[in-house]
Amino acid sequence: MASGKKSGGDAELELELLRTMLLIRRFEEKAAQMYGLKKIGGFCHLYIGQEAAGVGAISAIDLGRDYTVGAYRDHGYALACGMDPKALMAELFGKATGVSKGKGGSMHFFDAARHMFGGNGIVGAQIPVATGVALKARYRKDGGVVLCWFGDGAIHQGSFHESLNMAKIWKLPVIYICENNQYGMGTDFRRVSSVTDFVVMGHSYGIPGRVVNGMDVMEVRRDVAEAAQQVRTEATPVFLEIKTYRYRGHSMSDPAKYRTPEELESYKKQDPLLIQKARLEEAGTLTDEQYAAMDTACKATCDEAVKFAEESPEPSPEALYEDILA
Amino acid sequence: MSVITFREALRAALDEEMARDDAVILLGEEVGQYNGAYKVSQGLLEKYGPERVMDTPISEEGFTGIGIGAAMAGLRPVVEWMTLNFSLQAMDQVISNAAKMRYMSGGQFSVPIVFRGPNGPAEFLGAQHSQALQSLYAHFPGLKVVAPSTPADGKGLLKASIRDDNPVIFLESEMSYGMKGEVPDGEHIVPIGLADIKRAGKDVTIVTYSKPVRMVLDAVESLAAEGIDAEVVDLRSLRPLDEKTVYDSVAKTNRCVIVDESMPFASVGSHVAWLVSHACFDDLDAPVQLVSGEDVPMPYNHALELAAQPSIAKIVDAVKRVLYA
Repeated sequence: MASGKKSGGDAELELELLRTMLLIRRFEEKAAQMYGLKKIGGFCHLYIGQEAAGVGAISAIDLGRDYTVGAYRDHGYALACGMDPKALMAELFGKATGVSKGKGGSMHFFDAARHMFGGNGIVGAQIPVATGVALKARYRKDGGVVLCWFGDGAIHQGSFHESLNMAKIWKLPVIYICENNQYGMGTDFRRVSSVTDFVVMGHSYGIPGRVVNGMDVMEVRRDVAEAAQQVRTEATPVFLEIKTYRYRGHSMSDPAKYRTPEELESYKKQDPLLIQKARLEEAGTLTDEQYAAMDTACKATCDEAVKFAEESPEPSPEALYEDILA
Repeated sequence: MSVITFREALRAALDEEMARDDAVILLGEEVGQYNGAYKVSQGLLEKYGPERVMDTPISEEGFTGIGIGAAMAGLRPVVEWMTLNFSLQAMDQVISNAAKMRYMSGGQFSVPIVFRGPNGPAEFLGAQHSQALQSLYAHFPGLKVVAPSTPADGKGLLKASIRDDNPVIFLESEMSYGMKGEVPDGEHIVPIGLADIKRAGKDVTIVTYSKPVRMVLDAVESLAAEGIDAEVVDLRSLRPLDEKTVYDSVAKTNRCVIVDESMPFASVGSHVAWLVSHACFDDLDAPVQLVSGEDVPMPYNHALELAAQPSIAKIVDAVKRVLYA
């Protein structure tokens, strides 16, 4: 999906958002399958269930001018930014053709040209970095707004609180997005947070904020577009809590025994893809046949990505010592 | 050429680079209105304004990471840590982010940033404020680490560090800010990665850097009175390390003493001692000696804190050991 312009109610755009979410869903399923086949190793955090958050938010900004800085559950952001599924799958396979030349892995997708600043692996450590990108945008007065992504697990890190304070005193153009999927690894956020309404944390630094329904891509897009507008016109950072849910465990090694099957099923009934599909069907802009064709195309894209990754070369031994210093 | 203090030399470097390139900004605690905890940034707020000389709250992890993000996006920040001791609050940002971004993005990003501040023991500051932390930072590929010992090297290396496209840890010394020396006016660049022979000699090589260079030169004077002619190699850069200058000197003198004020375990000094022992094995006429800080937290009591650091007596003793004198 190209960097979206704000043009709500546009059938073509609504279809495109659905298609991008579906691509992420199929890409993640394929990644899980390849992980099972040991083609992918290490930590692999899937975005299934959360697609509407990344797709809706990134569709609301202009990546020619704006930025996105995320954590390690980054496959969805990367695809939403328009990164090539082939190069992403090759990165998961550790191949030289990967977006980070096979030296980053699942947690470290980057695309400088698309203003996609990771793919960052330490919980909460990307929040000051994103704030610094916003400092550059303000200093250069280039109109850029930064989407700073983190989860409910990261919100208790000092890096979050230090960043919000400085962003407010310096009026930095950043939207702090707490993607609350309700579990910091295996810990229910209600067990470890002094407040359950995270918007309060933004308010404690004088930063306006709101809760966003993360299961509906159009609502996410609308709310992030409004937040970006507020950042630009009111010279203030904004805080959003996007309520969402991940269907899989924290990473591939997590069987997610800390929640009930009923809870998972209740969220699957409000699946972001189903919601968007139903919306388009009701509006008469999507038929079952068209959806099936879209799905077939997304699966084919992912199959091609796997083929590309399989056939790509390993990094050369010399690559070990490359790209350490500029 | 002017005779100015170390802090004035550093200020000149900051001033000249900020005048030359509007991507250079300075941020840290007390750098602006207070004119710097050690007055290095005196007058810069007035000259460049609050957009470029930014007072931060006491949030080392936060403002260090903010500098890193700004650098990734195209600025060239200079982050002042009031002392390196406080950088421990920010270490994750430096190690996990600044040092790794280029590698884990497959070369897509560079992080042109300087982290600077006083390092090493001063006086009467106790255990938490008197640490020589260079060995921690020197451990990590992806960082450059420099530690000048004179005002001229301070100016030239700081200008080089600001122009470098990599994260540079720039180590100053509280006890050296008032030290005076001749400093070239205007454009004066000392390339990162070049050691400097601070005194030529033929009998023994003393490898050192940063504040202890002065002490070593004093020790060398007393050794000269006894007829011992020592060569003093000032590393200036710890990463990259100018091994060749060290090895060439040892090949000439056949004896080597390392003087490093950090603690000895897994330190820059112990690493250089190993390098010399290995690379110069055939040249050495005596085992390499290491004069380091003692392996203790720094005490407050002055006699004890002096005992915890290298001294002229310890240096002279080590030189005599390698000379079997």
